[in-house]
Amino acid sequence: MKNVSLLGGARLSGELERLQRQLDRIGAEPTDEDIWRSVQLARHENRPYTLDYVERMLDDWFELHGDRADGDDGAMVAGLGKLDGRTVVLVGQQKGRDIQERTRRQFGMPYPEGYKKAMRAFELAERLRFPVISLVDTPGAYPGVAAEQHGQGGAIARSQAEMARLTVPTVACVIGEGGSGGAIAIALTDRVLMQENAIYSVISPEGCAAILWRDAAQAQKAAAAFKPDAAHCLELGVIDAIVPEPEGGAHTDHDRAAALLAESLRESLDELDGTAGDELRRRRRARFRSLGVFA
Amino acid sequence: MTVSKIDVSIETNDKPAPPPKHPNTCPRCHSHYRDDELEAALWLCAQCGHHFPMRARARVASLADPGSFSEEAADLHSEDPLQFFDLRPYTERIAEAEMSTGLADAIVIGQATVDGRQAELAVMDFAFMGGSMGSVVGEKFSRACDSAAERGVPLVTVTSSGGARMQEGILSLMQLPKTVCAVEDLHDAGQAMVVVMAHPTTAGVLASFASLGDILLAEPGALIAFTGPRVVQQTTREKLPEDFGLAEQNLRFGHLDAIVPRDELRPTISRLLRLFDAPV
Repeated sequence: MKNVSLLGGARLSGELERLQRQLDRIGAEPTDEDIWRSVQLARHENRPYTLDYVERMLDDWFELHGDRADGDDGAMVAGLGKLDGRTVVLVGQQKGRDIQERTRRQFGMPYPEGYKKAMRAFELAERLRFPVISLVDTPGAYPGVAAEQHGQGGAIARSQAEMARLTVPTVACVIGEGGSGGAIAIALTDRVLMQENAIYSVISPEGCAAILWRDAAQAQKAAAAFKPDAAHCLELGVIDAIVPEPEGGAHTDHDRAAALLAESLRESLDELDGTAGDELRRRRRARFRSLGVFA
Repeated sequence: MTVSKIDVSIETNDKPAPPPKHPNTCPRCHSHYRDDELEAALWLCAQCGHHFPMRARARVASLADPGSFSEEAADLHSEDPLQFFDLRPYTERIAEAEMSTGLADAIVIGQATVDGRQAELAVMDFAFMGGSMGSVVGEKFSRACDSAAERGVPLVTVTSSGGARMQEGILSLMQLPKTVCAVEDLHDAGQAMVVVMAHPTTAGVLASFASLGDILLAEPGALIAFTGPRVVQQTTREKLPEDFGLAEQNLRFGHLDAIVPRDELRPTISRLLRLFDAPV
């Protein structure tokens, strides 16, 4: 376990049988190929999505619909359920399995209405004292005319602000693509986890390549440069722990992936149990306010 | 290879860029000015009122009482946490931006008085790497919030930014929640923030502190969008309304309190500070 101390307080989540593999992976700097493999697995079409996890992790799931103002965004799921007998509020972006569902859910790219739905769920959690679980899986917020007219930037900002005000325990896990502002909108939480093959980034590899290399085909090179993989996010202090996936990736075994995720979420919520609400909020803000590297 | 929908080649389908115009030529009416003419006129076109980009120090001088500005955290510099290298190393881009702008990063913060009333100023500069927000911008903005909270004065923020700075990767994205938390701390301390959105205020800056002002102002014609018109057009193929993403559209859709021409900004901010009853 001596490698762990090298990571400066970073922790590993999950069962012991996976620990060694994680340590091996983290001990060795991920290669450019490893990073690109994560990009591909994070976007794998058979990767479990938010509702696949909900179905396997939560009992008595009741989905909430609508932002109580303008509409119901299929790209954002919100609801109540029980995780091991404890009622939680869960929000998360949702991609689609087939072309109809993908269209209906805008490929997991929420409109402002989606973020407003999430905010409504956060408010409900605060009022009724339920912990919040966020599952992050989006290429980014929807880049369309109506989304802009409905205030995409402001919605993302206010969703974060709402999360910064909560006094209930909050945990986020990036389960696929953690794409930029559209992802962080629901990830300002006490604990931030990331699955082994998820990616978390300021811009997509293609977007970065298009802007900096003037060629979207240089995506692999871009990903290697900005390092969106879990090991690097852990090293930079952006996430608190890596959630293991079944050998070969979460898409190979949804049940197993859900069991591993549930275990990590449970661990995080247990750690946060018993801390006073205003202290949770103070630490949460201090955690995010400490991120950055400057001289 | 497959490319996901949102990412369809942002640059590669572009028509060749038009030849660059002289920065002192008005893009709207083609009037041309000398530097000193623009400087004396707050970088406004005397013919058509076009708002030329305004540098951070000039902006501070236009808002603060003469001699009242006391800069804070001027020496914070970017590090290169990812050893980022695209066509050139990030460190080289930073050094070049420092040389050409005379600034250490894309934001200037400090204490000042406006018509005798104390305020904290946080002013972004688009000339420094497109006003992009990396660790230094996030830290300095957060310190401006703290300075305002400690002194019990309002914060006046002028934004001009293309968004998060790609070269600092995920740490740039983390400046969104960081600055949001700083604004929340300022609000908990009972202080107000006035935001002036200058052209352009987009992406990560719009999706964090810029949208959280108690009062949101914008300069005429400023682009205020999470996703800019070119990317929206290229990814969705939607037909764009004529004033798509501009301040005027944002006002119409309820995202701004007012559009204020640059030569009316100082009296407007002064009036807001009176309303907030900042101590003299």
